Amino acid sequence: MTEITVAPLADVTMPRPRGSVRGRLQDALPKLVLAPSFAAILLFVYGFILWTFYLSFTNSKAFANDHLVGLSNYQKLWTWTFETDPPSGWYTAIINMGLFGGLYVVCCLALGLTLAILLDQKIRGEGFLRPIYLYPLALSFIVTGTAWKLFLDPGIGLEKAVHDLGWTSFSFDWVVNPRMMIYCVAIAGIWASSGFVMALFLAGLRGIDGEILKAAQIDGASGFMMYRRIIIPIMRPVFFSALIILTHLAIKSYDLVLSVTGKNPGGAAELPSTFMYSYTFTRNQMAVGSASAIIMLMAIAAIMVPYLYSELREKSQ
Amino acid sequence: MSAADALLAAEPRRDPSRSSMTTRIVIYGLLGFFAIVYLLPLVVMVMTSLKPLDEVTGGNMFALPKEPNFDAWAKAWGTTCVGLTCEGIKGYFWNSIKMVIPAVLISTLLGALNGYVLTKWRFAGHRLVFGLMLFACFIPFQSVIIPMAVILGMLGEWGNFFTDNLGVSLGFGNPTVNLVLVHTVYGLGFTTLFFRNFYEAFPTELVKSAMIDGAGFFQIFRRIMLPNSGPIFIVTVIYQFTNIWNDFLFGATFAAGDQSPMTVAVNNVVNTSTGIIEYNVNMAAAIIAAAPTLFVYVVAGRYFVRGLMAGAVKG
Repeated sequence: MTEITVAPLADVTMPRPRGSVRGRLQDALPKLVLAPSFAAILLFVYGFILWTFYLSFTNSKAFANDHLVGLSNYQKLWTWTFETDPPSGWYTAIINMGLFGGLYVVCCLALGLTLAILLDQKIRGEGFLRPIYLYPLALSFIVTGTAWKLFLDPGIGLEKAVHDLGWTSFSFDWVVNPRMMIYCVAIAGIWASSGFVMALFLAGLRGIDGEILKAAQIDGASGFMMYRRIIIPIMRPVFFSALIILTHLAIKSYDLVLSVTGKNPGGAAELPSTFMYSYTFTRNQMAVGSASAIIMLMAIAAIMVPYLYSELREKSQ
Repeated sequence: MSAADALLAAEPRRDPSRSSMTTRIVIYGLLGFFAIVYLLPLVVMVMTSLKPLDEVTGGNMFALPKEPNFDAWAKAWGTTCVGLTCEGIKGYFWNSIKMVIPAVLISTLLGALNGYVLTKWRFAGHRLVFGLMLFACFIPFQSVIIPMAVILGMLGEWGNFFTDNLGVSLGFGNPTVNLVLVHTVYGLGFTTLFFRNFYEAFPTELVKSAMIDGAGFFQIFRRIMLPNSGPIFIVTVIYQFTNIWNDFLFGATFAAGDQSPMTVAVNNVVNTSTGIIEYNVNMAAAIIAAAPTLFVYVVAGRYFVRGLMAGAVKG
């Protein structure tokens, strides 16, 4: 891919004798170089996770304390999970997570695959179209949310534009309707991420061995059959990667909710991520916040660890 | 890299003669329709920012601005209110620049060294080390944010102590320094991943023969690895720049008031609860916040896409 260029070595010396202090330092050097990064990750990631885990067993309020209360924070979340009358914040967060996450993942996959298949039909102007589907990925979720909030605003956005066209009974107030807000977050999320899935699928399609397709064509397979029976099954690993990445992104979504809904009024579009933040930093329930953070982490670990494990193993073979 | 290269380089090769004219029209129609849907929010945002406020609230969002002007942009940049101060978002823009440049450079350079060690100077347990660094990329930051706040609060107290006794804080407690630290640490996993996968494919024989010639660890890195790492540096820098510039969670948590980065300021401008909503100014502020990453995307889209694909772990 790239041409290998080797700059001439200035001082060509013999290998240093082993055993000397300098030689031993040389041997340890690679590890010494890696050590600060690894130590930082051990401390700031794994140490901090353990710390959060510990906090989730305390009754920390506005400040961290070490008064242990066992599993009671998790018990709270567990009972809140089913507290529907009136719905607890955590119940809303779980329901919304299912709605948002489900729509986000399914629609991104469907739209991404559709766009990839359409783009793969020997399209003139592919180089012009592809960047259009991908540019939302360069925007921050704050910008994406701001744009969609305006676009869907009933007073000046889509509803108003349709009224101006003459369809005056048209109503689309989801973005200001607490019960429908979460769907607007999903719309904005799908718009932002489906291009990424398209790129993954397109790369997968372009990587398929042409011989297989030729053979299928000779056997008389129609275009549709070819996709259904051959191409899509071959792409199963890509599908799986996209599914994992999207699911973990859905769980981590945070800023998009705030920007689409305008700071999540009344917790109507609550997700576990916003629940954790508000319980920890504004409601002074740090221990409950920690417990919810640990639950988020476990959900992500449950999907990411097996995935990363298989990816690493595949690569080392 | 191979997957991304395949995407970007390969010619579509399925035979078009099989599909009829109508199919072609449907395909182009759908692609065009989706292109419009993807472009509309940005187009509306730009048009709104070029209109005066009464034209926004009274008119149609799809209508072209009657007399396009940059008044809203000037107001967003220089005089709009962010929280209690009304000096525009320009200060926050510089906050983001001050944060993003060191964070990108440090995390990229460390990632290059880490990738080099993990591929060419392997040791027992290198796979476990890499696995731990890799998983760190994907954690929800909610699970580390409380301890981070505690630690940064402590560093802030040290800063106060140094300021009282030495007259300078030595950077302790400075929000920009804090954010550089946070973004560097939580970006290391991705930068290491990128360089590791890139150096994995780099011929080890070259490194071996340089070793026999007596070249040391850093000499090999500087003379052999670095001169051949141009593309992966671009990919990593763009990926890190986009992520750090666009971050909101850390910025909102670890920097306050006029020290906040751009995303936090824009969110405050847009979601302010006082006064009339100036949609045109809000949109101008959002576009200014998006401009740097959009610019990078336009000039280096190829590398941007490569980073995205590499971030999905598939090499």
